[in-house]
Amino acid sequence: MKVAEIPGHFGEYGGRYVPEVLIAALQELEEAYPKISQSGEFRAELDGLLATYAGRPTALTFARRMTDDLGGAKIYLKREDLAHTGAHKINNVVGQCLLARYMGKRRVIAETGAGQHGVATATACALLDLECEVYMGEEDIERQALNVFRMELLGARVNPVSSGSKTLKDAINEAMRDWATNIRNTYYCIGSVMGPHPYPTIVRDFQRVIGIEARQQMLDVEGRLPDVLIACVGGGSNAMGLFHPFIEDEGVQMIGVEAAGEGLESGRHGAALSAGSSGVLHGMRSLVLSDDDGQIFEAHSVSAGLDYPGVGPEHAYLRDSGRATYETADDESALDSFVYLSRMEGIIPALESAHAVAYARTIAPGLARDAIVLINLSGRGDKDAPQVRDLLAARKSGSH
Amino acid sequence: MGRIADRFAQLRGRGERALIPFLTAGDPNLPTTEALVLAMAEAGADLIEVGVPFSDPSAEGPTIQRSSERALRSGTTLRGVLKLIQNLRPKVEQPLVLMGYANVFLAMGERNFAAAAKEVGVDGVITVDLPPEEGQLFFDSLIESGIDPILLASPTTPESRMEMLVERARGFLYYVSLTGVTGARKEMAAGLEEAVSKIREISGIPVCVGFGISTPEQVAEVGRFADGAVVWSALVDLIEAAETPGPAVISVSEFVAKLKGALR
Ligand SMILES: Cc1ncc(COP(=O)(O)O)c(C=O)c1O
Repeated sequence: MKVAEIPGHFGEYGGRYVPEVLIAALQELEEAYPKISQSGEFRAELDGLLATYAGRPTALTFARRMTDDLGGAKIYLKREDLAHTGAHKINNVVGQCLLARYMGKRRVIAETGAGQHGVATATACALLDLECEVYMGEEDIERQALNVFRMELLGARVNPVSSGSKTLKDAINEAMRDWATNIRNTYYCIGSVMGPHPYPTIVRDFQRVIGIEARQQMLDVEGRLPDVLIACVGGGSNAMGLFHPFIEDEGVQMIGVEAAGEGLESGRHGAALSAGSSGVLHGMRSLVLSDDDGQIFEAHSVSAGLDYPGVGPEHAYLRDSGRATYETADDESALDSFVYLSRMEGIIPALESAHAVAYARTIAPGLARDAIVLINLSGRGDKDAPQVRDLLAARKSGSH
Repeated sequence: MGRIADRFAQLRGRGERALIPFLTAGDPNLPTTEALVLAMAEAGADLIEVGVPFSDPSAEGPTIQRSSERALRSGTTLRGVLKLIQNLRPKVEQPLVLMGYANVFLAMGERNFAAAAKEVGVDGVITVDLPPEEGQLFFDSLIESGIDPILLASPTTPESRMEMLVERARGFLYYVSLTGVTGARKEMAAGLEEAVSKIREISGIPVCVGFGISTPEQVAEVGRFADGAVVWSALVDLIEAAETPGPAVISVSEFVAKLKGALR
C-alpha cells in the first residue's frame, strides 16, 4: 500500500509533524474546514461579524506628513490597529471560533505570548459563547499582567506554563499537550500562519481579508496597485494576510520585516527567515532558530509578538521562490519608529508594526515620488505604552 | 532478522512478555545513564529505550519535561547519546532503541544519522513527531541501514490508518494507551485490551503498550493481552527522588526486577 502524501505542503515546508494522537483531529479539521467555510451560511455569518463586530473594513490612510518627511515614495497605512481589540488578530479568531462552533466543539484553547492572541480569542469566545482556556508562559504572565486581567475579564481561564523558557514557544507546547488530552471536545485556535496542516492555510484564509480590502482600496484611491508591500513578521499572519491576494500581481514587491532584536550577530533576535535553518517545530517543517544539535533557541525581541523562533511555512516558501523578500529591523529602530509614527501621524503603532514602519523609513527616501509603499499597521501601541515609557526613560538616563 | 525481532521471537517461545524500561539519556548525566542501562539489563529488561532530550517535548507530561531539561542542562546532545550507545553495545545483549523528536534527528541529516546509528549499534528508532507520510526518506534510510523504524499508534488512530501503520512499522508497534501526554496514571485507560486485539487481527507485528504505565500491577494487566509494556515516567520519578547516582541505580534496578517479575 502506498502512503498518500499529505497536502498542505509549501515546497519542502509545511506538512504535519505531530504525534500520532493528533493526526485524526487534524484530518477532521482538514475535512470540515473547506465544507464549512465555503457554505453560504458560514460566509454570511462571518462577513456579518467582521462588519458589525470587528470593525471591517479597516481604513486605508495616506500618511501625508511621513511621505513629505521622507521625501520619496507615497506612503499608505492599512489600519488594522482600528479593528476590535486593536490588531489584525481578531480576523483570525472570529473565523476560527465560528468554525469551532460549526464543528460542534464548545471548548477552545489557545496559546499566547504577549497576550494579544489570547485576548482576541477570549473576546471571540465571549461573543460566541464558547469555553476558553489560554496557555501563557510564566515569564509572559509577569510581563503582561494587564492582558492576563483582560482575558479573565472576558471570561477566559489563563493557565501558566512553567516548562522550558516559560514563553510563547512553551505555551504552544502546552496547548498541544492539552489538545492531545482533550482532543474529542476541544478546538485548538492557533494564533498565526503556523503549526501543522491545515492551520497555516486556515489562518491565512481568514487573514486574507486585509489584502483583499487593501487591494481594492488602493485601486479606488490611486487607480493602481502599490509598488511595495511592507509588513512585520512574527509567525507571519498579518504579512501573509496582506501579501496573499497580491501574489499574482507580479509588479507588486512584498517585503516582510523580522525582528533583529539586539542584532542578528548577537544571536538575540527573532529572525527565522533571515537567520534560521530548515527544521521541525510545533508540527511544521519551516525555517526555525535551532542549533547544530537540533535544539530550539529562545527568540528575543523588544516586541513580544515577534518573539518566536519559527515562522509560518508559506513564508519560507515565498522566500525560497523569491516572490517575497525578508529584511529585519532591530529593537532600537523599532522604538524610534514607535515614537516617529506617533508624532508624525497621530497613530501610536504596536511595537510589532513599528518594525515595518522602521524598514519603510529606510527605503522610502530612495524611491521615486510617484512610487507607492503600503505598510500594514498590524496593531495599535496602547498595549506597549508602559514598556516603551520605561525603555525611553532608560535610554535617557543611559545617555547622561 | 534484527535483534528486536529475535528478542520477541524468543519471548514468545518462552511465553513471556517484554518489559521495556525507558530512560532519558543524560538525566542527570550520561555516565549515570550508562550505569542505569547496565543495571536495567542485568535486572531483567528485555529491550531498552533511550530518550534523546529535546528543548520542546510537546508530547511529554511534566515528569519527562523536567527530565529532558536536566539532560539538556548536563550538555546532552545526539552525538553524546550515540557515543553512549557505542559504549553500551558490547556490554548489553538487549536491543537498544532511541526515541526522540524529528528536529534533533533531522539536524544531523537523514542518511548521516542512519549511518551513525548503525555504526554504534542502534536497533530501532522512534520519532515522536514524524508520521510515515512526512518521514519517508528518514524511514527508508533507517531500513537500508538495518535499523527498525518503530511507529506509534493511538486510540484516535482510524482503522484505515492503522492498516498503513502496521504495514510500515518494523520491530514492534508502540501503542499509546491513552489520549494525552506521558506520565504515570492511577488507572489504566478503558478499552485498551480491545484496541490491542483489534491490531492483532490485522497484523502479526508485536504490539507494546506505553504511556501512563507505572506499577507492577499495570504491567501485569498489559501483559495479559500485549507483547510488552513500556515504563518511563515511573523510572524518572525514582531517578529524580534519589539524590545521587548510587541510590538511583539501586532503586531503578530493584524496580525493573519487580516489573519484570509481573510479566513472567
Ligand atoms: C500587533 C501585532 N502585529 C504582529 C504580530 C505578529 O504576528 P504575525 O506575524 O502572525 O502577524 C502580533 C502578535 O502578537 C501583533 O500583536
